[in-house]
Amino acid sequence: MDRLVVDIAILVLAGFVGFAVISRVPNTLHTPLMSGTNAIHGIVVLGGLLLLSESSGVLEKVLLVIAVAFGTINVIGGFLVTDRMLGMFKSKEPPTPEETAAAEEEAT
Amino acid sequence: MIAGIFLQSTDFIDAAYIVAFGLMIYGMSGLTGPRTAVRGNKIAAVGMAVAVAATLLRHGEFHGSGTVVLIVVGLLIGTAVGVPAARNVKMTAMPQMVALFNGVGGGAVALIAWVEYRHGFVPAHHPPATGGWPLRAEGFELFGAIIGSISFWGSNIAFGKLQEILPGRPIKLPGQAVINVALLVVAVAVAVVLASGTHSELLFIVGILGVSAVLGNMVVLPIGGADMPVVISLLNAFTGLSAAATGLALSNPVMIVAGMIVGASGTILTDQMAKAMNRSVPAIVAGGFGGAVGAPVSSAGETEGTVRSTSAQDVAIQLSYARHVVIAPGYGLAVAQAQHAVRELERALEAKGVEVKYAIHPVAGRMPGHMNVLLAEADVPYDLLREMDDINPEFPRTDVTLVIGANDVTNPAARNEPGSPIYGMPILEVDRSSAVIVLKRSMASGFAGIDNPLFYDDKTSLLFGDAKASVSEVTAEVQAL
Repeated sequence: MDRLVVDIAILVLAGFVGFAVISRVPNTLHTPLMSGTNAIHGIVVLGGLLLLSESSGVLEKVLLVIAVAFGTINVIGGFLVTDRMLGMFKSKEPPTPEETAAAEEEAT
Repeated sequence: MIAGIFLQSTDFIDAAYIVAFGLMIYGMSGLTGPRTAVRGNKIAAVGMAVAVAATLLRHGEFHGSGTVVLIVVGLLIGTAVGVPAARNVKMTAMPQMVALFNGVGGGAVALIAWVEYRHGFVPAHHPPATGGWPLRAEGFELFGAIIGSISFWGSNIAFGKLQEILPGRPIKLPGQAVINVALLVVAVAVAVVLASGTHSELLFIVGILGVSAVLGNMVVLPIGGADMPVVISLLNAFTGLSAAATGLALSNPVMIVAGMIVGASGTILTDQMAKAMNRSVPAIVAGGFGGAVGAPVSSAGETEGTVRSTSAQDVAIQLSYARHVVIAPGYGLAVAQAQHAVRELERALEAKGVEVKYAIHPVAGRMPGHMNVLLAEADVPYDLLREMDDINPEFPRTDVTLVIGANDVTNPAARNEPGSPIYGMPILEVDRSSAVIVLKRSMASGFAGIDNPLFYDDKTSLLFGDAKASVSEVTAEVQAL
């Protein structure tokens, strides 16, 4: 099969996966969801990394370094800020034993 | 040596990419609940790290002099800017932060497309047999360039408006909608010309990047503050789609999957936001708030009743002797930085045995779910936050509803007056509770400029003043009782 056809198949399937996963996210978490997905489209940084080795000339290199920097801001900033927000969500109920165990595990 | 060759093989890198997007999807699915979300986000971040590491392993990645240095410089600049920004941003400023991160993502897509264009294209169906420029599909590249550029400029304007560098009110030109459509037609026409064989970098810069930049500005400038959540969400979807297009052009599966998932999620959120505001996405994009709604007349006419003003002491008594109290916060609460004061009030009331819940409208705040984050920051447990559909049946059993800095989302005209511009918009049905107390700065109307009959209702009393000061005053009175 043509690689392009395969790629488009991946695209369509990913779209359905995206709809299925995201539809189940409650309103409560929509802001972290937005900043989290925002971080994920920072995946474009790969484009910059892939092209940099094959680029030539100052202009191209400058454009790509800016692109890599932009993509990195998008990825790192996005994931960090999402982590910060999610860390604030606390339940009124005491944590379940499993959660306490997981927290302890993380601490060690 | 052999291990090194294996790690650089296409098969290994493709496998790593599959692991990467698997982790991202699994991580995202953790966002379905507050308990699993922190871990989910971390897993998605690990997926991203795997994707970047695999890309750097690629054979020939460091081909060409100085490439390592350039990659490191790019990554370092990005980290140096991104980390402090993410660490220090205030929760109230989250919408503009997301807009900014979104904008740089779109900008990266546009820049990458530009470099790819400079190298010319290999037709999609005839990939080069050996090595060479990994380009295939010119159409995807041009699509990515247009959407990425729109997203970059649009997000920057959205940032400027939310940060109040630019005026928040709609800025409009006569015939704006026609101009926007014309610009889009020009960009698409140029893309067709370029894709059909004409190679001109100047045409690419002016006709694709330039026209899209103007379009991005023109689309967002006329949009007012109230519609910003929808716009940010839409631009987020755009950047995702443009990243997926870049992935198609480079035949990179992880970019296709990640970009498309963002495209899908952004589309869902945009749609949900627009529904919660009773607006259609095309109407928002076509012109600022008010453009589609028409003149902000009080269509009802009979809302000229008198309002009943109350005092902090009376409010405290009313709340203390209630059994069920619901707090309906709006963006006014965040503007007044009253989240912590509200949490204090809630605690004081709970100490008196009053059951307190929060009613969260989907568009409370400046982006989807913003109010939840603001209240979470003030240590309000998420169990107390109720979504609109869950809390509405509870209002008839509620003794007192405290509306703080919310207006349009509580307007019963949306339910009762077919002539009202917001008729049909889902609202918090606070008027069904036994008594309503509205904290307001003044009698000015909400974003939509629509009068709110709730204020003239017999069971409504208003406490005028700054939300934070009023809430603190009420808390002090409650504690003194």
